Amino acid sequence: MNAIKLETHSYSLYYGKFRALEDISIEIPEKQVTAIIGPSGCGKSTFLRTFNRMNDLIPGVRTEGQALLDGEDIFSMDVVALRQRVGMVFQKPNPFPKSIYDNVAYGPRVNGIREKNVLDEIVETSLRGAALWNEVKDNLGKSGLALSGGQQQRLCIARALAVKPSVILMDEPAASLDPIATQRIEELIRQLVEHYTIVIVTHNMQQAGRVSDYTAFFFTDESRTGRLVEFNLTRKIFTNPQDKRTEDYITGRFG
Amino acid sequence: MNVPDITSTNAMNLAEKRSAADLRRRQAAQKLSFGLFWLGALVVILIMLVVVGYVFITGFKSINLQFLTTPPKGGLSGEGGISTTVITTLYLVGLILAISAPLGIGAAVFLIEYQGQTQSGGKFIRSLLQVVNFGVETLAGIPSIIFGLFGYALFVSTLKFGFSLLSAALAGACLVLPTIIRTTQEALLTVPVSLREGSLALGATRWQTISKVVLPAAIPGIITGIMLSVGRIISETAVFYVTLGGSYRLPKNLFSGGRTLSLHLFYLAMDTNAFEKAMGTGAVLIVSIILINLIIDLISRKLSAGVRLHQ
Ligand SMILES: Nc1ncnc2c1ncn2[C@@H]1O[C@H](COP(=O)(O)OP(=O)(O)O)[C@@H](O)[C@H]1O
Ligand SMILES: [Mg+2]
Repeated sequence: MNAIKLETHSYSLYYGKFRALEDISIEIPEKQVTAIIGPSGCGKSTFLRTFNRMNDLIPGVRTEGQALLDGEDIFSMDVVALRQRVGMVFQKPNPFPKSIYDNVAYGPRVNGIREKNVLDEIVETSLRGAALWNEVKDNLGKSGLALSGGQQQRLCIARALAVKPSVILMDEPAASLDPIATQRIEELIRQLVEHYTIVIVTHNMQQAGRVSDYTAFFFTDESRTGRLVEFNLTRKIFTNPQDKRTEDYITGRFG
Repeated sequence: MNVPDITSTNAMNLAEKRSAADLRRRQAAQKLSFGLFWLGALVVILIMLVVVGYVFITGFKSINLQFLTTPPKGGLSGEGGISTTVITTLYLVGLILAISAPLGIGAAVFLIEYQGQTQSGGKFIRSLLQVVNFGVETLAGIPSIIFGLFGYALFVSTLKFGFSLLSAALAGACLVLPTIIRTTQEALLTVPVSLREGSLALGATRWQTISKVVLPAAIPGIITGIMLSVGRIISETAVFYVTLGGSYRLPKNLFSGGRTLSLHLFYLAMDTNAFEKAMGTGAVLIVSIILINLIIDLISRKLSAGVRLHQ
């Protein structure tokens, strides 16, 4: 088994008084795709946003327990440095209202890279890495907003790659895309996992089955507090779930 | 299978008839209310045309190149043109914006972007911000003469700047600050959270996010606020009446007084018999305001096009 890239130990998160996540312990392996599945509102996004500390932006958020990246405590890291190591792709494509080039060069630029030739190089490799280069190489000055939804999402992936992270978090990256664009993103995820650790939230179980190596099943009850029910190889979760709730969920009994 | 036919033809006809009558009634109601709206709009436009037309027709005779390029002669005759007052107005617009734009935009950024972002001890700061926001709202609705009195008391007498460009610029900045703050706040709020998150997730600092993503996206709205302020400055009389003095000469430095175009109009109307000159000055003022509003319109059109593109 691969080294452990991300882990939490007895991790809980509160939005004010509301406990959104309780006692989550998980070890996410390096250079694998880990899918987080579960019904809507069970805390998948909240949990994902732990690893780049996006929850810091929300007033009143409090956490207990540990979250580690490469064995280091995430919460005592410099948050800017953390986000250079852990990139994120959001549910709705959110390119900046800037050119394709400036979108991809944004991350390197805010991290202090100024040299034109270095930036050019990063932009090209990142766009190639996101399987978008061939479509846009003649139009790098065009606005990122002028691309199709699927292209915009790949632009956002390229933008994340440009910072040279080792982890990429994806929060339902294909939720707003048509089936063909979705398929391209899924293929891309399988290519990216050669070099990156990928954690993807999805409520589409077929997608989890297609793209992920490991699957974490989150669930919640009337308390609305999210808990980790089961974490295992995707193959095992789908063929031989250990928990009744996992089985019910993947056989569609919860919808 | 034999499904019983619940919608018998009779019942259907009745329903159809009823809905047809209903439709006619609703269409008539719509016609009537739209007619009333039109009438209202027509009356408003008419009133506006009469006012503007009157000013233009009576003022037209006195407007020519000489009127625009010679200074007023002063005195009771109201002879001469308006050149120095135009220049003084421009000076004042420049000075006021130089003071109020950075301050106002900075305050708005602070109020919006850092609101509730303070992690510990946030309650106190949050309620402080609420008070400041309330203050800005209130200031925006205060009659301008109050700003004038304040400017007179503080800048003209206490600080001894006298009736001067400086006093007028500082008082004028107080006058337009709430406008700039509020329009900038609104512009910042239209920038989607997803853009801020996208930037922060790439390892940008909060300030980089504001300066490289949020502010550029908000620029059209901010410019609109600034143009609104320019219009406000050009048409303002009360504030400058009590801070700028009334000299019709060109101000030599920050400490000399002067008169703006509107102030000149006020003096012409109150102290002279040069009624046509006053109307000519009024026409020039109206044209400048119309131009500014056209620019604002253009910008907000661009703005909404940009927003649409993003959705
Ligand atoms: N900013 C927030 N403030 C308060 N509660 C929140 C916030 N974001 C999410 N929640 C709550 O936390 C729970 C988990 O939300 P989320 O992580 O978005 O779930 P999921 O991604 O699985 O649909 C939900 O009950 C949601 O209402
Ligand atoms: Mg979610």
